[in-house]
Amino acid sequence: MSGAGARENVFATRMALTNTKLRLKGAQTGHSLLAKKRDALTTRFRAILKKVDEAKRKMGRVMQLASFSMAEVTYATGDIAYLVQEQAKQATFRVKAKQENVSGVVLPAFEVDRVAGSDFNLTGLSRGGQQVLKAKEVYAKAIETLVELASLQTAFTILDEVIRATNRRVNAIEHIVIPRLENTIKYIISELDEMDREEFFRLKKVQGKKKRDTAARNAAQALEGERAQTPADDDGAELRSADLLSSKDEDVIF
Amino acid sequence: MATSFKDRNLIAVIGDEDSITGLLLAGVGHINEHQKKNFLVVEEGKTQVSEIESAFEEFTQRKDVAILLINQHIAEKIRPTVDKYQQAFPALLEIPSKDHPYDPSKDSVLKRVQKLFGD
Repeated sequence: MSGAGARENVFATRMALTNTKLRLKGAQTGHSLLAKKRDALTTRFRAILKKVDEAKRKMGRVMQLASFSMAEVTYATGDIAYLVQEQAKQATFRVKAKQENVSGVVLPAFEVDRVAGSDFNLTGLSRGGQQVLKAKEVYAKAIETLVELASLQTAFTILDEVIRATNRRVNAIEHIVIPRLENTIKYIISELDEMDREEFFRLKKVQGKKKRDTAARNAAQALEGERAQTPADDDGAELRSADLLSSKDEDVIF
Repeated sequence: MATSFKDRNLIAVIGDEDSITGLLLAGVGHINEHQKKNFLVVEEGKTQVSEIESAFEEFTQRKDVAILLINQHIAEKIRPTVDKYQQAFPALLEIPSKDHPYDPSKDSVLKRVQKLFGD
């Protein structure tokens, strides 16, 4: 995978380490939350799916009924197709959309909205007015079913998209963001360890050198002390004490 | 997309004469200020596929159409266009006609559903 081994470009400091750890925690929480959201949406989706299936079959039956009533009208009145088409001016049968919130997703729902309009005066229809009215009712019922179906279908499409998007985010966090952060943390820890080791090594070297220096100085002092002892003892003692005060250890700060 | 469906309130229809007559009888027909109807009568053998396609495009582009009803056998004629249709608005609904009862296996939305259930 191309993301393996990728890490962020940061300076390896302890602060960066804490920050990255916090971000990793955040990413993990986010991941579990999104996974839960996706699962909830999927359950809702399947429920709607079943309803859509049912509604479609119901619609099939309802439309059959409507067609029959239409056939009756044609039988009684003759062909009214042209008449009806000419009379269409303002739609009396409309839909209103309202929003519903379904587990965080805003879904539209359609409602049948009958507005007062230029309803048919049924001018020109000499016979079978009753059949026509009945057909009108049947078709109105059919359209109500259709409107319900349409609501379900739109909800279905929108949910589908949202589930896809959420799924993409979950996968992105799981496969890219979290491994990156983990690699960054590993890198920082290894760098810090390396720095500690270097520090330790440097300390040991300096200590070693200091020991050698003190040993050399002691040897030199011992030699001088011997030579100084032959003229006078007092002087030698003074010299030695002076030496103690004059020889300054770099570690002693005061 | 949030505001666009507040103004949508019409039901558009592409269908054969019987279906159109019935739906118009219920009051679905509308003619707007440009003399544009919200329905298209498709006559067997007379209406061209291109005409059906352009009507489909027009109805789906219109901002005041909430639902588009289309007879299933007519949808078959423009099946590729219908299958490509992914918008949430207007809602596309395939309805049966007098001569062609409803066939779930041909419905574009149900086909998508089958695909989803596959994974």
